[in-house]
Amino acid sequence: MSAWRWLPRGIVLGVIAFIVFGPLVNMVLWAFTERWYFPHSLPLEYGFSFWGRVFAPRGGAIESLTNSVLIATGTVVLALSLAVPAGYALARLQLPLRSLILLAFLLPQAFPNLPVYINIARIFYTFGLNGTYLGVVLVHTTHGLVYAVWIATAAFAAVDRELEEAARNIGAGGLRTFWTITLPLAAPGLMASAIFVFLESLDEFTGTYFVGAPDVQTLPLLLYSASAGGNYQIASITALILLVPSIAFMFVVERFFKADVLARVGR
Amino acid sequence: MSNRLLGPLLVLPALLVLLLLFAYPLAYSVVGAFRSDEGVGLANFVKSFELYRRDILFTFLIVGLSTALIALFAIAIGGYLVLGNNPTAVAVLRWLYRWPLFIPFIVAGQLMRTFLAKNGLMNGMLVEAGILTPLQTISLLDWRGIVIAFVWKQTPFVTLLVSGAMASLDRSMFEAARNLGASRLRILVEIIVPQVARTLLVGLILSFVIMLSVLSVPLMINAQTPTMITANMAFRINAYGDYGVANALGVISYVMAGAVAWIYLRYAVAERMDQR
Repeated sequence: MSAWRWLPRGIVLGVIAFIVFGPLVNMVLWAFTERWYFPHSLPLEYGFSFWGRVFAPRGGAIESLTNSVLIATGTVVLALSLAVPAGYALARLQLPLRSLILLAFLLPQAFPNLPVYINIARIFYTFGLNGTYLGVVLVHTTHGLVYAVWIATAAFAAVDRELEEAARNIGAGGLRTFWTITLPLAAPGLMASAIFVFLESLDEFTGTYFVGAPDVQTLPLLLYSASAGGNYQIASITALILLVPSIAFMFVVERFFKADVLARVGR
Repeated sequence: MSNRLLGPLLVLPALLVLLLLFAYPLAYSVVGAFRSDEGVGLANFVKSFELYRRDILFTFLIVGLSTALIALFAIAIGGYLVLGNNPTAVAVLRWLYRWPLFIPFIVAGQLMRTFLAKNGLMNGMLVEAGILTPLQTISLLDWRGIVIAFVWKQTPFVTLLVSGAMASLDRSMFEAARNLGASRLRILVEIIVPQVARTLLVGLILSFVIMLSVLSVPLMINAQTPTMITANMAFRINAYGDYGVANALGVISYVMAGAVAWIYLRYAVAERMDQR
């Protein structure tokens, strides 16, 4: 009886699993395919020869990967050095129009951003920032700032005020209290915001396409040009490299987000 | 230094970045949309409608349909997670639905490009399973491919928000309704969804705007006509350096996003009136 009751559930879950994993399995197959053509349902030959080609000096993957990691690191450093003071002020200090300021950081995500990137590229061109690492880092920072500021604000708001007051009472100054008490206690939340910003930058396509290409080549741009050229193996290998951190983060995100921080995001 | 000055001073650098790298180019795009060789006027918009009328409509329909499907799936998955009887099935579903959450659009585009093709794995598996014959297979790499990629990628995001809101509702209410004989579907539609409507709307509007500005998916899945206006904007810039028409299309996409935001504001105002 109970086995029969599992039948509809099993079918629905199976269909969902097919929808979720089918495209992923197809990509993994392509990444290790040597030969695969119509009408064969599965690859005819598996192997690593395309991996060798992608990671060869002229394949572009090493250069793109290095660029992507450098840009994402630069974006994290810049975004957090803006967001830590801003988040602290939004969480702890007197601020006129506080909720309006918080909302303002959401705007780059709440507007269609492609026309904005087109015009940033045009403005950057006059300053010589087009096709430079700094230009791309600036674009990614603006886009990631909402995560950085909102999560930093929530992380600082979750720090127990009494601990700060205790430090002040035994004579620590404002700055010392911040460095020795507030910042270490907010660190896990800030770490989460750093990972968010890093991933956003790693995955960003549109802004890099207009501001960076063709001088600054990142993994998403390499993926796009390989796919446009019909080279599914190289596109799938690049996609796989981008996929691993995304999926890993999906599994650990809840460990970084303590409930007390999560409940305060956007407030 | 007084606290009164310190706060604004600490927020200022981040706000300046926002002003210079978001507000300024945004204003620049709006101004640029109204400027052409003929001076200030609507010439760019006239040209946009002449060239891309179909694509504008197509974009609105694709993103609208995707948003509707995302809403449906998010409510269904969220509803099962909160009302499901079988803990194992609930746990499996909770583990399953999230996988695409942080997968970038460009990767989703590439995945679907290979999966949905005429000789892709989807058709291959349907043929192997005897559901289709090789002659019946079709490529879904047109508007349907874009919708599938959007729904695949954005459903987990909205579901995460919605199921979080559903989990925080008072469970005793559902149990009372069940004791009175209400079906689970009815509890979901009449009791749960109205209470999480606000969260659902926020998630859907953000998804709508995000999908409206995705360039990689239409470029990778379907760059022929009709396509999305993001692909047209990139084409105007890359092929002609035509910022006027690109900006006019940009303003049209702001109007679409604004129309959706307006629906939300009306809803929020009506909700506030009800509470009084």
